[in-house]
Parts: sequence; C-alpha cells; structure tokens
Amino acid sequence: MNVTRGFTGRPRVHRPGLPPGQYDAGDDWPVLSAEVTPDLGPGDWSFRIDGLVERPHTWDWDAAHALPASAYDGDIHCVTGWSKFGVRFGGVSLDAFFDVVRPHGSATHAVAYSHTGYTTNLPLADLTGGRAWIAWEYGGGPLPAEHGGPARLLVPHLYFWKSAKWIAGITLLDHDEPGFWERNGYHARGNPWDEQRYSGDRDGDSDCD
Amino acid sequence: MPGRIAVSEGAAAVWQTATLTEIRRETPRATTFRLAVPEWAGHLPGQHLMLRLTAEDGYAAQRHYSIASAPDDSGHIELTLDHVPDGEVSTWFHTVARPGDTVEVRGPVSGFFAWPGDRPALLLGAGSGVVPLMSMVRHHRARGLTVPLRLLVSARSPQELIYAAELGAETTPVFTRSAPRGVPVGRMAAAHVAPLLTEPPEGGWEAYVCGSNAFAEHASRLLVAAGQPVDRIRIERFG
Ligand SMILES: Cc1cc2nc3c(=O)[nH]c(=O)nc-3n(C[C@H](O)[C@H](O)[C@H](O)COP(=O)(O)OP(=O)(O)OC[C@H]3O[C@@H](n4cnc5c(N)ncnc54)[C@H](O)[C@@H]3O)c2cc1C
Repeated sequence: MNVTRGFTGRPRVHRPGLPPGQYDAGDDWPVLSAEVTPDLGPGDWSFRIDGLVERPHTWDWDAAHALPASAYDGDIHCVTGWSKFGVRFGGVSLDAFFDVVRPHGSATHAVAYSHTGYTTNLPLADLTGGRAWIAWEYGGGPLPAEHGGPARLLVPHLYFWKSAKWIAGITLLDHDEPGFWERNGYHARGNPWDEQRYSGDRDGDSDCD
Repeated sequence: MPGRIAVSEGAAAVWQTATLTEIRRETPRATTFRLAVPEWAGHLPGQHLMLRLTAEDGYAAQRHYSIASAPDDSGHIELTLDHVPDGEVSTWFHTVARPGDTVEVRGPVSGFFAWPGDRPALLLGAGSGVVPLMSMVRHHRARGLTVPLRLLVSARSPQELIYAAELGAETTPVFTRSAPRGVPVGRMAAAHVAPLLTEPPEGGWEAYVCGSNAFAEHASRLLVAAGQPVDRIRIERFG
C-alpha cells in the first residue's frame, strides 16, 4: 500500500451498496458523454433488435410504449467514480422486446448502438432475466436529452457507459465485439463490484454479481 | 461519432508511483503539479490519467486528471488542478502536497479526446477545461507543427485565465465576469465561433470541447449551429 503523506480523505461512513472505489454523488447526476447531445424527439426515435434472432423487429415510440411497462428502482454506478442511490427509471424490460424477436440459442453477445453512432458490447446474459430496460422516464418525468432521452438502454448492474444513451438498436452475435469505449481502453464487461474499469483489469466475476 | 485514435492500452492497467517535483501557482484557484513518473509509457495530447491517493487506513480516492504537458521524454508529466471547495483530492494537492510527496497514477486512459497533431484543431475550453487543450498547444509548438490550430478559452477574468502568459496568437480568450479595458464581458457566443467556421482550413476542423457539462453543451451547440459536423466534435466533460 502506497500511503499518501497527510491524506486522510473524507470521514468514512460505510455505505452498503457502494462498490469499491466509488463515492455517493448525492443529488448530482454528472453527464459523461463524448458526443454532442442530439436533437432527437420521440417522433424520430426507433429501436431495432436484429442479428441472431428469429424475427428481427423495429419498434417506434408508440409500439415500444404498447409493451408492458416496467420500472427500475435502485442504484447506478459510473466508471468515473460516482454512484447514485435510489433512482427510479420507467420504461420496458428488454425481456419484453426479446419475447418478440426470439434470440437464437447461438446468440451469446450483443452490441448496443445509439442514434448517434455510439456502440457498446454486452454479454447477452446481462440483458435478460429482468436486468436491463429501455428507459424513457426518470424520477417520474421524461428522461432528459443529455441523459439519453428520449430513450436509453439501462443496465444498472454494470458501469453506466454500458447503458447506451439515445439507444437505436441491439444486434445479437455469437461472439464478443468491443464497442466505442471498449476499443478506447475500457473493460469488456464493466462489473462495478469487480472494479472492471479498464482493459487489463481482472475478468473474474464476484459473488455479489 | 468520431473514430478512435489507437493508443497503448496495456499501460492503463498498472498503478505507478509518481513523485511530486515542482508546484507552480497558475491562478488563485489553479496550480500545476509536476510529477516524475519514470515508467510513463507516453501519451498523446488531450489524454487523461487516473490518480489515486491512499490514507493510512487503506481508504483510497481516485480522480481523473487531464495531462497538461506535451508528450516528451523527460520522464515527467504535469497536471493542473482547480481547487474545488471541500474537494477531497484537489484540497490535498492545494493545501498539503509538497515536492517529494508520492501519489499513484494509472494511464494514460482513453484515446478518444487525443489529438496526435495530424488534423487542423479547433479547441474550445472553459476554466480548467483548457488543461488538455494546452497539451495540444504545447505539442503544436514543441514540434513546430504547421497544421492550423486555434484555441477559444473562456475564463471568469484575466486573473483566472490559466496559462495566461503562455497563450499566444492562436488563442482568443473570452471573459465572462470581468475583462481588461475595451474587451467585452460575456459568454462564448456564435460571434466567436462563426468566423472560424466560415473559412475552415483544408480538410475542415477537428473540434475539441472541454469543461463543465454546462459549457460542453453550450459550446458544442455553437459549433453545430455554425456548421461543424457533429461527427467531428470530441467532448470531454469534467463532470
Ligand atoms: C476526464 C476528466 C478529466 C479531468 N481533468 C481535470 C483537470 O485537468 N483539472 C482539474 O482540476 N479537474 C479535472 N477533472 C475533474 C477532477 O476529476 C475532479 O472531479 C476534481 O478535481 C474534484 O475532485 P475533488 O476530489 O477535489 O473533489 P470531490 O471530493 O470529488 O468533490 C467535488 C464536489 O462534490 C462534493 N462532494 C463529493 N463527494 C462528497 C462527499 N462524500 N461529501 C461531501 N461532499 C462531497 C464536494 O463538496 C465538491 O463540491 C477531470 C475530470 C474528468 C472526468
């Protein structure tokens, strides 16, 4: 351990649910995006799932909203160090979309892409089983544009760069294909409990996963 | 969105000990810290690193900082930190740190905001957002590059303009609270950006925007309104 002379840090209150190396951002919700926030209204938005599926399908705003509503109440974690507790997102579980397209048994990974061209990769297992959403509401109101509105992917158990803003679609593959930040040095999976921040960080999955 | 610039990725995984060798006050709120990092793998202008301070009881705080210095083989890098009121890491640097102290760094990380010096660069920064842009300006000078480079930098006042003495003909400062006599006060506007985009250099500008989120939103919208293609705008938000 490399102790820094005279550094004590803030008084420590153990905060259950805070992954290692993270701090509680409180009411702040920092914006981290390398792109210009697009002018994208609900009328311009669509969402497609294709690749290794039986029936590729595209939803527009109304068709997506016709699926059963589903909410996420919990925490989110950003790789830059902040976590945000007790947030509420509203939208539709990705399972509802997958029920329509029916993934092939051979599909193991996904590339999520945005209306701006951003991409991020995920194991398919991280998107199913009630762990991922297409979200268009935040805290009871519409999702703000700078946070990915009108709609974003939400995968709250992974670092937040995986939750692609301005989501446009997901392509299912039988192999892993790095996305934008992953090609720029970030970890392929991004589990906050294992501190999988950068490529080269350990790959093992913790039990808290 | 813009394509990637390939950078070494292995270096990002390893924490290295960095020794503070020099402290230089820039403005009342911003100070430059020079660090000896013997195993530094090198960086491209615009890249940032991750910095870690560790307390006696093992508690560690990690933050991102842009690299202010141009790439060179001196075995040193420079960071410029704003003193954030109550900030855990920046307060240690501004009130405790002295030459000889050690901290840990990891990086450089992320090649997205990097500028290798290949394309004309239009740089827009505010406050400490000028830090990675200064690395580009310094690189441009150190290498005697002829590719066009322009810097628009916003500060509250001349006293708060970081690197003021070093900024040259490539720079247009914009002052938001107080300005020297005869210089208008106000935030960055279309009038600052439009002239640079009506006559872009051959091949067009690669635009780099850095600062708070509010500044990044404002400046990137100005660029788009003036005709800069969205896929040639790179943004670094400090939070
Ligand atoms: C890519 C990138 C590059 C950056 N480059 C630079 C740079 O070149 N120069 C620079 O100056 N900055 C830079 N930053 C910002 C930098 O990372 C830090 O955010 C900044 O130095 C503040 O850190 P801190 O530890 O001093 O403050 P923090 O302790 O993080 O505090 C920040 C604010 O949040 C409040 N706060 C946070 N946590 C708590 C808590 N637990 N209790 C009470 N209050 C809290 C504080 O009061 C304060 O107002 C960069 C950021 C990014 C993402």
